[in-house]
Amino acid sequence: MINNIKFIQGNEACVEGALYAGLDFFAGYPITPSTEIAEMMSIRLPQIGGKFLQMEDEIASMCAIIGASLTGHKVLTATSGPGFSLKQEALGYAIMAEIPCVIVNVQRGGPSTGNPTHVSQGDVNQSRWGTHGDHAIIVLTASNHQDVFAITVEAFNMAETYRTPVILLFDEVVGHMRERLVIPEKGDIPLVQRLKTAIKRDVDYHPYLPREDGRLPMSDFGEDHRYNVTGLFHDMWGFPTDNPQVVHGLLRHLVDKINNNVHQIARLKEYFLEDATTILISYGSSARSALHLGSALHLAKERRTRGERLGLIELQTLWPFPYGIIRQKCENARFIVVVEMNMGQMLHEIKLAVNNPEKVFLANRIDGELITPDDIKKIIRLIQGKGV
Amino acid sequence: MAIKDYIRERFFPHLWCSGCGHGMVLNALLRAIEALDIHKSDIVMVSGIGCSSRISGYVDFHTMHTIHGRALAFATGVKMSRPELNLIVPMGDGDALAIGGNHFIHTARRNIDMTAIIMNNRIYGMTGGQYSPLSGFGTMATTAPYSNIDHDFDVVELAKAAGASFVARSTTYHVQQLTNILKAAILHKGFSAVEVLSQCPEYFGRKNKMGTPADMLEYYKENTTTIGSKKKQENPDLLERGIFVQNDIPEYCSEYDKIIEQAKKTSGGKTK
Ligand SMILES: Cc1ncc(C[n+]2csc(CCOP(=O)(O)OP(=O)(O)O)c2C)c(N)n1
Ligand code: SF4
Ligand SMILES: [Mg+2]
Repeated sequence: MINNIKFIQGNEACVEGALYAGLDFFAGYPITPSTEIAEMMSIRLPQIGGKFLQMEDEIASMCAIIGASLTGHKVLTATSGPGFSLKQEALGYAIMAEIPCVIVNVQRGGPSTGNPTHVSQGDVNQSRWGTHGDHAIIVLTASNHQDVFAITVEAFNMAETYRTPVILLFDEVVGHMRERLVIPEKGDIPLVQRLKTAIKRDVDYHPYLPREDGRLPMSDFGEDHRYNVTGLFHDMWGFPTDNPQVVHGLLRHLVDKINNNVHQIARLKEYFLEDATTILISYGSSARSALHLGSALHLAKERRTRGERLGLIELQTLWPFPYGIIRQKCENARFIVVVEMNMGQMLHEIKLAVNNPEKVFLANRIDGELITPDDIKKIIRLIQGKGV
Repeated sequence: MAIKDYIRERFFPHLWCSGCGHGMVLNALLRAIEALDIHKSDIVMVSGIGCSSRISGYVDFHTMHTIHGRALAFATGVKMSRPELNLIVPMGDGDALAIGGNHFIHTARRNIDMTAIIMNNRIYGMTGGQYSPLSGFGTMATTAPYSNIDHDFDVVELAKAAGASFVARSTTYHVQQLTNILKAAILHKGFSAVEVLSQCPEYFGRKNKMGTPADMLEYYKENTTTIGSKKKQENPDLLERGIFVQNDIPEYCSEYDKIIEQAKKTSGGKTK
């Protein structure tokens, strides 16, 4: 039992989660603050007969995991800002060819080389729209190691369920901070395995013909069925086509399979929402500070009766954004304060989601330092017109 | 198996212009595979983007048409997870050596077992005739309207310097030789780089006044010779054809298997 309790970095918690989910192929290129993931994988994967590759760059890493996934493996790559930028074209290929894979971006300050060893949450919109063309994407995050572990397992499950890349958007503080992780027993978190076709060898198989529920059973590349995979718009055989009907149908399929399942994909945590008049919305390491503040005020009961009723929504699914859920949860709030370490990237979506966007305010920090509970408290006082 | 059985007939006619060399490369490749009697389910073809890369659509193997320049990186992922499969990676000269140049040298350096075929027409065919890193000084292209001042690579020298364990060159005129080279390349355990001079009459030919497709083939005949031939001694300007390098050095997937063995031993079977 004691073996299952660890005191480790968030990046290591991610590795543990990936291995628990059944990962057996990793390719990457070193970059702060994600490098520990590659280092750990290089030790752990060969121990279980899995493969670790350090490629010549992040583009090659992304391409290699796509190739490996197609042959039937659960795959991961990990990077940070500049490397995430490099992966975008191949990420789009995985979206188009519907190849399950998980990409970790441990965010650092940007643009460009930015602030490699400091925290930021500046890649929220890049993770949504980084690759070109219309598409949908799943982006998940977490604020503590137990959740990093669980959400990493979820990322692999969703990648298989929806046949899509899933992005894990962590940040430097969560990645490098050390805290306790209890690794769940096998079976405690259900795992989604790849949906494989039942069609026999040498019988005509249509790799891109969705079932009625929209899912596409796969055939391990290199095994029973010979088929084509391409990043061009393609028909049910995987052959390039520009037939307008097929192009339209494929794009709708790629977007709908994710956006129509917002409720299945949405993960969020709520604290003290019942009677909250001010709701904080946050995610990743900034949600830790928001939670710290919320808990402190909650414990100070007399202040709560004086009207400082603070609640918190911690987002774990950033994309597809759960507009309906946020609208409903914020209905009775007088103030909604979005706590994030960027210039207001989630702020925009939350304004779109709620009935009264003028009630939505930003509490942020963009200097590479973690936003503190005190920072948030001061900003709330300003918003509430109480002075600093 | 007959050549016809290696082809996806339902996807013909192909998109190549008449007289294009790429179809001849396909011909030589299929003859090599037929002669080796490899089952089509044991072959994976991974290609990038370009006229040359469209070759993957026409063959009845496991085929992956990827993104421009990155075919070798995708192929590395496939090969590492399924080392028993034969990987064939056809690429254009721009695909392999401009945008994909870095992947080319590093895949060669790793010596992972796959056959890279560089279909060198000295031009960007698919995008309409811009100069490539293989066009060469003094050539004409749609983006070199006054004359190209970029020097070209020697693919063979580059592959050798990068550590490829099999390096060869032939042309679409020398289909017999090309077929034999491809056979040896596929059988070779390690990274094989095969450069094939393949004519693009539509752009390189037209821009550089090379005449008809037949004239371009004639050009390959007149301007190349077998490695170390007497002709080469008499005329050093001739480009040599044949197998330049064929070394037996540790292959990447086999070496990784040893790493796995070692890692399993040191972890004492415990994987936590
Ligand atoms: C990232 C990216 N940049 C540019 C292109 C456009 N493009 C498509 S094919 C090609 C060059 C093709 O030339 P080559 O690789 O020599 O193949 P060929 O068509 O001559 O056989 C280019 C530049 C692309 N598809 N992707
Ligand atoms: S443009 Fe050139 S390379 Fe492309 S198909 Fe035509 S002849 Fe071949
Ligand atoms: Mg070319």
